[in-house]
Amino acid sequence: MSGVDYLSPGTVADAVSALRAAGGSARLMAGGTDLLVQMRGGRAKPKVVIDLKGIPGLSGIRLEGGGFIVGAATPGAVLGEHEALKAAWPGVIEAANLIGSTQVQGRASLGGNLCNASPAADSVPALIAAGVVCLIEGPGGKRELPVEKVQTGPGKTALAVDEILVAFRFPAKAAQSSDAYLRMIPRTEMDIAVVGAGVSVSLDASGVCTAARVGIGAVAPTTLLVEAAGAALVGSEFDDAALAKLEAAVAAACRPISDKRGTAEYRTKVASVLARRAALIARDRASA
Amino acid sequence: MSDGNQGGKLKVVGQRPIRPDGVDKVTGRAQFGADFHLPGMLAGRIKRSPHAHARIVKIDASAAASLPGVKAIVTSVDFDRGASGEVEAGEGHTAIREVAENCLASGKVLYVGHAVAAVAATHPEIAAEAIDLIEVTYEALPHVIDVEEAMAPGAPLLHADLFTKGVNPKPDKPSNIALKSVMGRGDVPGAFKSADVIVEGRYTTAAVHQGYIEPHACVASWGADGQSTVWCSSQGQFLVRALVAKILGMPLSDLKVIPAEIGGGFGGKTTVYLEPVALALSRKCGRPVKLVMSREEVFLASGPTSGSVMDVKIAATKDGKITGAEMMLAYQAGAFPGSPVHLGCMTAFACYDVENLALVGYDVVSNRPKVAAYRAPGAPMAAFAVESAIDELARKLGMDPIDLRLKNAVRDGAKTVYGATVKSAAFVETLEMVKASAHYKTPLAKGQARGVAAGFWFNIGGESSAAVHVDEDGGVTVVSSNPDIGGSRASMAMMAAETLGLPIERVRCIIGDTASIGYSGSTGGSRVTFATGMAVVQAAEKVVADLKRRAAETWGCDLAMVEWADGVAKCADPSKDAKPLSMKAIASRSAKTGGPIAAEVSINAQGAAAGYGVHLCDLEIDPETGRSTVIRYTAAQDVGRAIHPAYVEGQLQGGAAQGIGWALNEEYVYGKSGQLENASFLDYRMPVASDLPMIDTILVEARPNPRHPYGAKGVGEVPIVPPLAAVANAVSHIVGERMTSLPLSPAKVLAAMAKR
Repeated sequence: MSGVDYLSPGTVADAVSALRAAGGSARLMAGGTDLLVQMRGGRAKPKVVIDLKGIPGLSGIRLEGGGFIVGAATPGAVLGEHEALKAAWPGVIEAANLIGSTQVQGRASLGGNLCNASPAADSVPALIAAGVVCLIEGPGGKRELPVEKVQTGPGKTALAVDEILVAFRFPAKAAQSSDAYLRMIPRTEMDIAVVGAGVSVSLDASGVCTAARVGIGAVAPTTLLVEAAGAALVGSEFDDAALAKLEAAVAAACRPISDKRGTAEYRTKVASVLARRAALIARDRASA
Repeated sequence: MSDGNQGGKLKVVGQRPIRPDGVDKVTGRAQFGADFHLPGMLAGRIKRSPHAHARIVKIDASAAASLPGVKAIVTSVDFDRGASGEVEAGEGHTAIREVAENCLASGKVLYVGHAVAAVAATHPEIAAEAIDLIEVTYEALPHVIDVEEAMAPGAPLLHADLFTKGVNPKPDKPSNIALKSVMGRGDVPGAFKSADVIVEGRYTTAAVHQGYIEPHACVASWGADGQSTVWCSSQGQFLVRALVAKILGMPLSDLKVIPAEIGGGFGGKTTVYLEPVALALSRKCGRPVKLVMSREEVFLASGPTSGSVMDVKIAATKDGKITGAEMMLAYQAGAFPGSPVHLGCMTAFACYDVENLALVGYDVVSNRPKVAAYRAPGAPMAAFAVESAIDELARKLGMDPIDLRLKNAVRDGAKTVYGATVKSAAFVETLEMVKASAHYKTPLAKGQARGVAAGFWFNIGGESSAAVHVDEDGGVTVVSSNPDIGGSRASMAMMAAETLGLPIERVRCIIGDTASIGYSGSTGGSRVTFATGMAVVQAAEKVVADLKRRAAETWGCDLAMVEWADGVAKCADPSKDAKPLSMKAIASRSAKTGGPIAAEVSINAQGAAAGYGVHLCDLEIDPETGRSTVIRYTAAQDVGRAIHPAYVEGQLQGGAAQGIGWALNEEYVYGKSGQLENASFLDYRMPVASDLPMIDTILVEARPNPRHPYGAKGVGEVPIVPPLAAVANAVSHIVGERMTSLPLSPAKVLAAMAKR
């Protein structure tokens, strides 16, 4: 009978050693809401499961340099109850809190959502839009990587087999800035995004957009940063022409597949719609 | 015997007592199919086909057999190959040989997920490992999924011995069309010739699963003396006994089937998948074996109901009288014959009095799981086509859709196309109540639309047994013969309490196993409250007669002078000094008056009354995503008399919820290789609670069923018939064109809106 070893290291260094020792046969577990389902369905067959939740710093939220450091294994429910984080980055939090059910929110984490590397991961377009950076540790020490560089394909990341995503660094929030995330699902919850779009914007005193980032999900092999879509908004007051440019940029970036969850044509069309709507919500929040 | 028209005098029937199964279910104490354990029990697992269609060349289980912990392996050779005949199964009959072939394939596998072998081992993990070690050599064959492709000449044939029934003379070549079902009357061409208005269209629906929350599960234990027991959740312990015994070549009396609590069935548990396999495994190794399906297995290898293609054409006068109609219905049967297309033909126009009708139905096999009954089998698809066409007719004529239906509604005395005479029907009253409802009178906001649709279901009676046992303290136990899938323990206890004159708290109802109560047909066809309820009332009446006899003997008075009311016997003879005798008083001295007080009744209940439903659906659509939101929904239904109104409302709400899912998002999605691509609740998109508004109900009790002691009509199936068209009619009005293909997924709706 084949078994699975379960390890719960107390430090990142121990976790890295264990990961290294397993030589590719280990899987890291934060909330386990993807991993355990994959193991049960026979799609993941790790020999070792390394639970990260017991490592100090992997869970929890702290202020640093005007921004936030969010532990990669922090559950969605904890994020949703952190008033300061929610006030600063409402788009990221609404994206994270869309994942699964109330029960799943007690476990599911941003780190797991990103490293599971699904192009449909809800929190990732919002993290990309927010300009969040990953803090990574491995045998060679620490390094940083923007969220949009992490996913390299369905189920694949830029992390080496012995590297661990430890935390996210959220930038200090500029005045008159905010973000929003929208996803399309045929139902109201308990579903996976057919399309997702996260947008963060900054405004000047007169309401002109000074900076914007747009992240989209489920429209390509990975989640995407669409720089041209952000650029379309900069300098505008979100007029129809700027929004049309944003929509065109998003549509141009989409390279979706047709599958059981939606057609390529539909995904492309709706990605533009959601990006525009999210941009307007972010603007309203920023100017509120 | 009491008749159905005693509403004013009822004390228990029509009340809403707390459901008897509620506490066990919310505390997790209820024992469902998978909750049962026996000492020494083994874990079973099934090996399933990865091919949509293939010949089984060889099954090599030697490596699996030598794995430590593996105790038994079975394939189709372990079944009784001579098994034949049919067994009652809910609304229809099921061929035993095909059930056996579906439980374990012999010559060919006919769909992805078709079972080919099974293992019992000391641990689930060992069983899983053993399954991987069983080597099956297949010769892959061309497959066909789509019903129209399966009907086309040259399509891959599933069964070389399948010749279309209902065609004269018998065809000389086999085909995938198992049955051609023809019915009709009058002069249909004449009706179309003289019509003022004609509407026609082609409608399609996808295969959908019943989606019960509890996966199929059982424990089977073969006794050394051949006396065996199966514990399982099903819609009929007697049905399971018959199928398992015949597939394994046993006399029925050697098998006892004990019904577990059931976590939903909706028709899908009126057959067997696991039970004969588990008992064959247990027979091989002498230990109890448990088999439980995963959700993926439930989707791959159980249910669903048919997807369909239908052509409908309706002729009418300019004042809205429907003068004729013709319809073609082609239903997927899955891997073996037996789609509910015949029921689709019978129900399609059953709400309406149409003089000239021509219907033809085709039962078509293809490389999908064999369909199982699903709540009003065959009717929702047919109603989708007909009620959409009638909606279009109303638009063309500029008529109110309810007025158009009222003009054509069946009334008592009308003849159905299948020969029955309409009796005790309250379809007209149901339409009138909907028309008068607050919902129908509420104006719609901009961007919203309202869909109206009606539906019919026969409801059946049939064979049922029930017992009423009086306990020594004057309380009562009712033994029902039917698993409770929709509140029948409550309704049985209530009807017994009403008849006996007891408060509901003094009556409990349990479900008997096959050895402890007389035979009953399965829980299906909306028959239990009607038929088994009738047996309960008759048993309770026998007990009342016995109680009166004992009271008369005690008092030494004439039996005719004994009155029974409110659970107490009173003597009407003024010459006797007779104090009233309570149930408790009589029961406590039963030894002196003839022994224990109990009665069992077995009947073949006749006089079931059909039911009619009318639904309203208000809906809006996001014009940029095509996503529909149901914002208000009302389900009205002719229910005869509601025994427990809260349960009846729950039936209406549940049927509407399932129908809305069928209309909007549910479908079996297949890949090119015949692989089911969405075998999970994540991607098989049933509605979640937050998708739906409160579903309001209107219980129409205008015409209690006079053939039932308390006026009951079946209520469980009618409510899934109207929603498909109610939703689609609303969507069509917003889109601005007739939406003829379910599900009305956002992508489909957005594409239709973009065209306009």
